[in-house]
Amino acid sequence: MSLYYVQKFLYELNRDEGKQQAYMADRDAAIASFELTNEERAALTAPDIGMLFHLGVNGQILMHFAALHQIEWADYLQRMRDGIQAHGPVREGVYAMTGYEGTDVHAKSLGQE
Amino acid sequence: MPLVYAGVCSHAPGITGRANQADPTVRDAFYASFDQMRRDIEATKPDALVVIAAEHFANFFMDNMPTFALGMADFYDGPIEDAGWLGIDKFRAPGNRDLSERLIKEVMQTVDVSYAEEWKFDHGIAVPLHFLTPNFDLPIIPANINCQGPPLSPLSRAWAFGEALRRAADALPERIALVGTGGISHWPATPDSGKINEPWDRDFLDRWCRNDRDALLDYDDGTVYTDAGQGGFEIRTFITVSGAAAGATGTVHFYEPIPIFAVGCTVASYDLGATVGVARLI
Ligand SMILES: [Fe+2]
Repeated sequence: MSLYYVQKFLYELNRDEGKQQAYMADRDAAIASFELTNEERAALTAPDIGMLFHLGVNGQILMHFAALHQIEWADYLQRMRDGIQAHGPVREGVYAMTGYEGTDVHAKSLGQE
Repeated sequence: MPLVYAGVCSHAPGITGRANQADPTVRDAFYASFDQMRRDIEATKPDALVVIAAEHFANFFMDNMPTFALGMADFYDGPIEDAGWLGIDKFRAPGNRDLSERLIKEVMQTVDVSYAEEWKFDHGIAVPLHFLTPNFDLPIIPANINCQGPPLSPLSRAWAFGEALRRAADALPERIALVGTGGISHWPATPDSGKINEPWDRDFLDRWCRNDRDALLDYDDGTVYTDAGQGGFEIRTFITVSGAAAGATGTVHFYEPIPIFAVGCTVASYDLGATVGVARLI
């Protein structure tokens, strides 16, 4: 369990286009220098957004990793939900789920279209 | 010169990035309030705008996380996010290294602040600037409060940071405007993105408008997390502005939850008139 290094890899990736190109060209090589478990390596290279959220990656880091993989916003949210469904609650970090009804139902209840 | 402006606004990336998914009526009313804030700031003829933000791992990470930081550069590039994703084109905002340095030296008299000569703006600053200085013609001094990676500053220190910024701004010959940006309650970038605790927000804004120090500091991160989500940690930016405007009365110009923007969209400001001169006597 090395959530810190998973997040550190993503933090560096998010802010450096060169690292993004290197990751896209060879994902295993890009993460080679980070202290990671096999589970974490698999999630970072797949990429498995749901597993990364389950492991506890901060959404402010994860959402840009999803965008890098051309994962659209609603799909990003759904993948996190699926990850929780498949793997259980967030293991570590600052997150818990609260049973939110979703933006469409919420907006309607506020009289918005 | 005495501080010329103190206000707060939201900065969620959906405000620009998911603009076309919101109800146009409420969205446009929110944008109009941002425009009014821009005119209000312009009317004070500021020499620089200090933006108190809660950045999201664009510059600072848990390998070396500053609790409070101020920018000290002649320019700042942004947004660090994909321009299409955020709905804001790449820009270079002007800074003023000399002015930053003088401000930082004064702040350091009472608050230990980190400085950064390099700083890339993420949505936390880019979204407010998109509305408030759309031509990027006003020098910016970015400030950051760690609201992402606990342990976080006690709220009393966020207030003290605001007091220090006020004292420093008042002591400078330049005219300084101050804007804090953050969410109130929200669960950004999580599966609960869009959830907003409106009663909690309105109660917080009531405390903010009264500039009630005791009431504003009467939160702890445990209950904030439960009631207002991890995004609620960003109340620190609003509290810093309250500290800078101690003694003033605030007005909420706009507040509406817009779920697809993932935040209760807020524009508010303090009437500094009654406080000018007071801070310098303390
Ligand atoms: Fe934020």
